[in-house]
Amino acid sequence: MRTGRLNRGSLLALAVLLLGPGLAPCAASPDEFAGQRAALVDDLRSYARRDSPPGLDEKVLGAMQAVERHEFVPSALRREAYRNHPLPIGFGQTISQPYIVALMTDLLEPSPGDVVLEVGTGSGYQAAVLAGLVERVYSIEIVEPLAAQVSDRLARLGYDNVTTKLGDGYYGWEEHAPFDSIIVTAAASHVPPPLIEQLKPGGRMVIPVGGQFQVQYLLLIEKDAKGEIRSRQITAVRFVPLTGGH
Amino acid sequence: MRRILPAVLMVSTAAIAYEILLMRMLSITQWHHFAWMVISLALLGYGASGTAIALAGRRLEQRFDRAFATSALLFSVAMVGCWMLAQKVPFNALEVVWDARQLLWLGALYLLFMVPFFFAALCIGMAFAFHGALAGRIYFFDLLGAGLGALLVIALLFVMPAPAALVLLSATAMAAALMASRWPSLRPAAGAWALLLVFLHMSGLTGLEISEFKGLSRSLQTMGSRVVQESSSPLGQLTVVENHEVPFRHAPGLSIATRHVPPEQLAVFRDGDGMSAITRWDGTGAPAWLGDTTSALPYHLLESPSVLVLGAGTGADVLQALLHDASTVDAVELDPAMAALAGRRFAEYAGHVFDQPGVRLHIGEARGFAARSSGRYDLVQIGLLDSFAVSGSGVQALNENYLYTREAIRDYLGLLNPGGILSITRWLRIPPRDSLKLVNTAAEALRYAGVPDPANRMAMIRGWSTATLLVKNGALDGADVDSLTEFARSRSFDAVHYPAMPPDHANRYYRLEQPWFHDGVRSLLGPDRDEFIDRYKFNIEAASDERPYFFNFFRWPVFFEAMALRERGGASLVEWGYLVPAATLAQAALAGFLLILLPLSLAGRNWPGGTGLRAGAYFFLLGLAFLFVEIAFIQKFTLFLSHPLYAVAVVLAGFLVFAGIGAGVSPWLAARAAASGWSAVRVAVAGIVAIAVAYIVLLPKLFSIGMALGDAARIGLSLLLIAPLALFMGMPFPLGLQRLADSTPRFIPWAWGINGFASVISAALATLLAIEFGFSAVVLLALLLYAGAAWLTADW
Repeated sequence: MRTGRLNRGSLLALAVLLLGPGLAPCAASPDEFAGQRAALVDDLRSYARRDSPPGLDEKVLGAMQAVERHEFVPSALRREAYRNHPLPIGFGQTISQPYIVALMTDLLEPSPGDVVLEVGTGSGYQAAVLAGLVERVYSIEIVEPLAAQVSDRLARLGYDNVTTKLGDGYYGWEEHAPFDSIIVTAAASHVPPPLIEQLKPGGRMVIPVGGQFQVQYLLLIEKDAKGEIRSRQITAVRFVPLTGGH
Repeated sequence: MRRILPAVLMVSTAAIAYEILLMRMLSITQWHHFAWMVISLALLGYGASGTAIALAGRRLEQRFDRAFATSALLFSVAMVGCWMLAQKVPFNALEVVWDARQLLWLGALYLLFMVPFFFAALCIGMAFAFHGALAGRIYFFDLLGAGLGALLVIALLFVMPAPAALVLLSATAMAAALMASRWPSLRPAAGAWALLLVFLHMSGLTGLEISEFKGLSRSLQTMGSRVVQESSSPLGQLTVVENHEVPFRHAPGLSIATRHVPPEQLAVFRDGDGMSAITRWDGTGAPAWLGDTTSALPYHLLESPSVLVLGAGTGADVLQALLHDASTVDAVELDPAMAALAGRRFAEYAGHVFDQPGVRLHIGEARGFAARSSGRYDLVQIGLLDSFAVSGSGVQALNENYLYTREAIRDYLGLLNPGGILSITRWLRIPPRDSLKLVNTAAEALRYAGVPDPANRMAMIRGWSTATLLVKNGALDGADVDSLTEFARSRSFDAVHYPAMPPDHANRYYRLEQPWFHDGVRSLLGPDRDEFIDRYKFNIEAASDERPYFFNFFRWPVFFEAMALRERGGASLVEWGYLVPAATLAQAALAGFLLILLPLSLAGRNWPGGTGLRAGAYFFLLGLAFLFVEIAFIQKFTLFLSHPLYAVAVVLAGFLVFAGIGAGVSPWLAARAAASGWSAVRVAVAGIVAIAVAYIVLLPKLFSIGMALGDAARIGLSLLLIAPLALFMGMPFPLGLQRLADSTPRFIPWAWGINGFASVISAALATLLAIEFGFSAVVLLALLLYAGAAWLTADW
């Protein structure tokens, strides 16, 4: 029995040692964060060049560079804010992997005059990235405490071209429709028909498909000038040929 | 001493019942595959107990009754205490791919759950160690208790929620403590714990805290949602959630071209995840959106068909059949509690969908129904039975699934009228996995049935989230193809395959970088299919009853490639399920070293030299072989008993009880064998080999004849088949202990620990071997191990 206790004790001690640094409150300075952010953006640029040539629009990367992701994650996870990972933000929600955010933003082909609808505000990070690229972002969140938190956060950080509300995103936001682009970050079993209606001719809609920690592919829906719908399923990573030798 | 035998029985009952209960509770709060992993490793507590007894032997022996009672009481406390502590460990299974610290939390869970099993095993191990002469009887009570425990917990879960069952099991262990000893200090301690136990339960502290990332938790975070019904059975916990503010709209496979919005729904979660929905319906007409999903396709090729729905669930597929003027609908659902939702509790809400004219609801499993049904249908419809999240995460690889095997598809095709259609809808994954495996499995079923060119009988379409495969009983003709292409075009679905499909008709609406689905299916139905399957990055070999792992797509090279690509958006390429037994095996080896071999080397003076090595190997081989056979038979009987729950309960209880009886008669066998100059172990092993070999040959034939029998007859037949094999399998362990008791009694704790350690490895290894080589191979290997064990007994 003594041995059992010894093992448990030493393993627990090991756990504390290893976990200690991760659990310590953030001590990084703003400069450190800026450096980490620049390194992350460099990574995103090189991934995209390799997997989705010709790569990401520099404007999108510039917007990623401008948004302080550490402001959008729980304080205990700030040290990890510039890792290219999704992170939990409470209420069973996550802040998406930066690479996926960059790809989705790029797929929307944002222009300075655009009005964008986001369904599922979450942490507000995606809205903040878009805010630097378009005229106005409208964003809807269905989790009450999250909606309250994010509206305070975006106001505090000065994102005054983002408007959020608590509500059901299924019917879009009729009074501000139509939209140049729509991004649906909340899981859906189908594409809500009202959202397709609120998309402008020539508009684009992006939906990430898969689990919160594992996006499978991005569904891009395009409405042409005549109102015809086309869609594409885009995998983030280049994983071809599927019949590669092994 | 007499009182120890019933106490052993009670501890064994509580231990196995606790193991099954933990699996159930962790499946609700976390996910099934992690439950499997945590519990497997927790059983290392059995191995550690052997080490503890060996190290503390004499002190424990002097106060055996007290040590037994204390250990049983600590088992009782740890059952509840460790569960409560484990709920506070912030482990998130979904984050493992990103965050290595999660592995430490997982390790903390292993250690926590090891504690109760350690104390349970300590009780039984001490009984063996200090009363080795009674090994046969102790083993009989141990196995009998375990068999009863397996049945008891399932019975309990039918009548009470899991936390209440936990309290009862804890009380059982406490009763064992009181039974074992009259030690005066024991009663107040037990009394205090009993009071605390009641308090903990009444205050809800033993309740289930479901992971915040499961569908149920997330839906309850949404404004306006509330739970309107919760029911619990061994098949799962069903929770019904209502939301008027943000209504549920579950419409998988719905076309983006549709203008129909699903009506109000109630969400149904199984074990806190896997959402399905009860659709509000007034009983007239039918919701039009059900005509705009990929699964509506077969109704455009058939006129007023007679329909068999396999997996009726909340009634969506039945509603779809009614919308399309089905003449009759037979709906089969496995879980009576699920069927009762739309059938009784919310029947009004669901428009009495199961009571409509022509609709008949059957409770049962799909394969069993198919085997017993004499009816013939125009359409056999298998819808989406699992959730996208579960399917998408690749964690089902471990789950045997007899719904999507070559033999299953052959059986379904046998239910079709000439010209009838089998329609199977699955979630779509990119890069393609499920869809291609399904096509390959169906094509093999057709080839087995003597159809020379399966391509002419098959068609497939895809939307953005689902794919529907049709297999016709006869060749698809021009009219069928016209209906299919028109259906797909008008709803913006992509044709994947139909006879003589021009390649440029593929990949039109949901454009992929390459027409992966079309190209894949064409390769699978063409002459180069073997080479294609071999070179494909995921495992898409046809699933069979012998290797029923439809959801296993894992290939090692792709795992490493996917892990390297996770930062570049490739996280979903990692197929987790297969890794669970692989990781369990690796961790068990490591933990076995730490808990058994390391202390063994520290206590070298106790190790009885070369005899020890041979005896150690003997008990190691027995541990491996027993579980190999048991696990393989659970899988084989799952199909025959047409219910995974019946299979686990009947086979487990059958094996344990009959093996217990075998242990009970083993002293008699030993005496008879000694009189004749034979080795009793070898007689037992010869019995095992003879019966098991006969079963490998005969069981498939017996099963196909017996499938038509009723439930009770099949259960009876199963027990009859298990009895002789289990009887012999119960003998080698106590016979070995008996020999040790006579020669080197101080080795008994080691034997107990090593055997427990081997059982842990065995469970993981058997699963991996079954995935790779099939169940028969697992049984054959077990026989070799038994033969090896028999050979080892020559020298000690």
